[in-house]
Amino acid sequence: MSARVLTVEELNVALPVPAGRLHAVQGVSFHVDRGETLCVVGESGCGKSLTALAIMDLLPANAERRAARLELEGENLLRLGERAMSDIRGNRMAMIFQEPMTSLNPAYSIGDQLQEALRRHKAVSRSEARTRAVELLERVGITAAARRLKQYPHQLSGGLRQRVMIAMALMCQPALILADEPTTALDVTIQAQILHLIARLQREFNMGLVLITHDLGVVARIATRVAVMYAGEVVETGSASQLFSGPRHPYTRGLIACIPVPGRTRRGAPLGTIPGLVPSLVGHIEGCHFTRRCPHATDACRTGAVPLDTVVDGHHVRCLRHRELATGAAPPPPVAVA
Amino acid sequence: MAETSLPRADLPTLPEILAPSPAALLRRRIFRHWGLLVGGSILTAILAMALLAPLLAPFDPFDQQLDRKLIPPIWHSSIKATWAHPLGTDQLGRDYLSRLLYGAQISLLIGVSAMLISGVIGTTLGVLAGYFGGRVDMLVGFIVTTRLSMPVVLVALAVVALVGSSLTVVIWVLGLLIWDRFAVVMRSATQQVRAREFITAAEALGASTSRILFTEVAPNVVNHLIVVATLEMAHAILLEAALSFLGLGVQPPTPSWGLMISEAKGLMFFDPWLIAIPGIALFLLVLAINMLGDALRDVTAPENRN
Amino acid sequence: MLAFAVKRLGLAVLVALTVSLITFSMIYVSGDPAIAIAGEGARAQDIEAIRQFYGFDRPILVQFFDWLAGAMRGDFGRSYTLRQPVADVIFERLPVTMILGASAIAFALLLAIPLGVWAAVRPNSMIDRLALTIAVVGQAMPTFWFALTLVLWLGVNWRLLPITGSASWQNFVMPAVALGYYVTPAVMRLTRAGVLEVLSADYIRTARAKGLRPGTVLFKHALRNAIIPVVSLAAVQFGFMLGGSIVIETIFQINGLGYLAWESIQRKDLPTMQAIVLVLSVIYVLLTLAADLLNAFLDPRLRVT
Repeated sequence: MSARVLTVEELNVALPVPAGRLHAVQGVSFHVDRGETLCVVGESGCGKSLTALAIMDLLPANAERRAARLELEGENLLRLGERAMSDIRGNRMAMIFQEPMTSLNPAYSIGDQLQEALRRHKAVSRSEARTRAVELLERVGITAAARRLKQYPHQLSGGLRQRVMIAMALMCQPALILADEPTTALDVTIQAQILHLIARLQREFNMGLVLITHDLGVVARIATRVAVMYAGEVVETGSASQLFSGPRHPYTRGLIACIPVPGRTRRGAPLGTIPGLVPSLVGHIEGCHFTRRCPHATDACRTGAVPLDTVVDGHHVRCLRHRELATGAAPPPPVAVA
Repeated sequence: MAETSLPRADLPTLPEILAPSPAALLRRRIFRHWGLLVGGSILTAILAMALLAPLLAPFDPFDQQLDRKLIPPIWHSSIKATWAHPLGTDQLGRDYLSRLLYGAQISLLIGVSAMLISGVIGTTLGVLAGYFGGRVDMLVGFIVTTRLSMPVVLVALAVVALVGSSLTVVIWVLGLLIWDRFAVVMRSATQQVRAREFITAAEALGASTSRILFTEVAPNVVNHLIVVATLEMAHAILLEAALSFLGLGVQPPTPSWGLMISEAKGLMFFDPWLIAIPGIALFLLVLAINMLGDALRDVTAPENRN
Repeated sequence: MLAFAVKRLGLAVLVALTVSLITFSMIYVSGDPAIAIAGEGARAQDIEAIRQFYGFDRPILVQFFDWLAGAMRGDFGRSYTLRQPVADVIFERLPVTMILGASAIAFALLLAIPLGVWAAVRPNSMIDRLALTIAVVGQAMPTFWFALTLVLWLGVNWRLLPITGSASWQNFVMPAVALGYYVTPAVMRLTRAGVLEVLSADYIRTARAKGLRPGTVLFKHALRNAIIPVVSLAAVQFGFMLGGSIVIETIFQINGLGYLAWESIQRKDLPTMQAIVLVLSVIYVLLTLAADLLNAFLDPRLRVT
């Protein structure tokens, strides 16, 4: 059953900076259904975290947010004041952050922090909240859960803390979870476990999941659908299989080509890169944001807005030349040679 | 692998990305300027008063003219007020303006001297503790804790009472008692510098400890030192005023502002200007020094702002 | 936790001992105490008699340990001038000073903490500038002058409060304000800085993401962490206030320890002076210990040391 959980249309976030206005997120649109995992991929600074914060309305006070549509299970979030939003946060929509080491309050036990997440939104007694906390800790794979409730965050490892964060997000059984690079700060061995856990819980709770990451490996493992972001814009979106088998945007192709493939990448050969720097997003930007680094950029690319074009149903690309580039007439993907 | 003709990207330059707008730059300069400007000008004015007192003062501050007792200042409605004594006279007929000007000398002298003495003691202890760590740090920490647990005013009073009060004694007693903040701040500043790579590099080059301390550590902690110095100068001035107020600081007839307030406190219900004028002078001096210290800290180590 | 407390207590004892040693040696700063007591122009045999009576002819270390042994028993000797055991006088006057100090710090905290929190929540607003102004002005005004001004306006011109004595609670209002306002700027700035820093912490973002109400986020989550350094500062300032109360007590003629210290200094009553310094030091050390323990209670991460 696919009830649409999240609809985002033309989301814009601007921040005032000393040099002007920084357009950190421009015209971002995507949607998520129940049971679906949308991975938002992009490099640092592309605006993916701000997108999640914008959805939760947790942006810094001086940020400006605008969107054509922002709906949670059909309810318009744009019209809601802070009070109504705080009723929704942690309740029907929850967020998991990147840094488990600092995301929990050191002064309170984890039991206290778990229970307050539930009791804020639902009228339950303390013992009911406690029971639920224990139950969720067990579901996220923490043993001796009852004892753990009394422990303080500094007594737990990073992996354990992240599990607690996940449990905390699930306390009210939200319809949507936004996970901002939940495994980036963890040891590689733990990363796989946490990802596996998140995927399993998503199935069990039948939630919508937006997972933000810069790691294509994570995307390959867990994504139903993918949105690739670059310099504040979504440049390509589609199902995971569409994207990995037939990436259309030069940036996406560059990203995928950068991944060393056992067996194919020659030993001792330099790893792929996409040369250049992300453009400054202050002030108005002409044309496609990727032109400075794109080997196929033409003058047409540098002027005028580039809309999202449809490749096939569900697969969209923001590139003027994607059709001609896909027909094989294009040079190989951009890989820098040292 | 094929070579690709990649566009040598027109990389945005760092200044482009980070440049603040002209408006922001100006705003920043003005804001810094304000504290610096106001504090600096008040302090300069008082300094000028002190240095030029012999030239500016219309009368000798010790000169008692008993037929001119308790003349109110010029803004009073009383007929006794006269431009000959714009700030009035005290209960012994001494011109208040002259006493105020010479009082500035006392305050500044004590402030600077006590600050220098305590600065030397505290900085030495702090830098040694911060640089060497370990036992040295523990020892210095113990010394600081001991000093902190002694009631400063009481001890100062006791010493002055036993040894005798004079300008020199007051300066030394203050200097030997208020070095704690120097020690604490310089210790933490030194610790931070110590942990940086260029110190390790200097050590690896075989530089002697004293050389490292003077050429590598010192320039990097000097800004903290200046800020604490201004604070402690203000502290010393207030302490001296308190001691003199209690009669165990500078002795009469020296025109210390604190002493002037003390001498006038019996009369303050009738002639309140006698305590208001030196009090305001003290307030302005300490205010100016504090503002200057704040401004200096903003300029040199803005991350310490609160 | 227990090991932590015991270790700190041990350090406290060591500090108190050192202070007492320093205090004791203060007598000898001025030269021969026997001469100081005898006064100028005393005859040699009178000085000698005094020396023997007070035991100044014994080796210094012996005198020190004798005094220390007595101090630990609670016997500080007899006052030279008051004809009473020093211990009695001190413990008679100590509560008054403690009340004064406590009211002063209470005033300071009640003013500084809400102001600091408010300023942090609304940085660069009117309230922030007001708080900053109060801080700047408060740090620059001499305590005794402020006290005199208060006496002049509140006590005399408007006759709102009594200006001397320690009879009722009204007597403590002006002294508490005069003594406490000097501490207000430091506490206010520290609170403001602490809250500002904490508000940008990750766990506050988590608290907001959980949908907690702004009041809960501020008071339950933010303040609890931000207040920790303030506790230490408040304890230290309380200790300073006890020592600095001398000025206020003399102005308002409050019969506390400070006033006693003042009198004993003027009369060169050495045992009383020494005892007061020791008592104040011990109280200060105990206060910092209490602050450390309170900190450990507030911040679970500190409980490991």
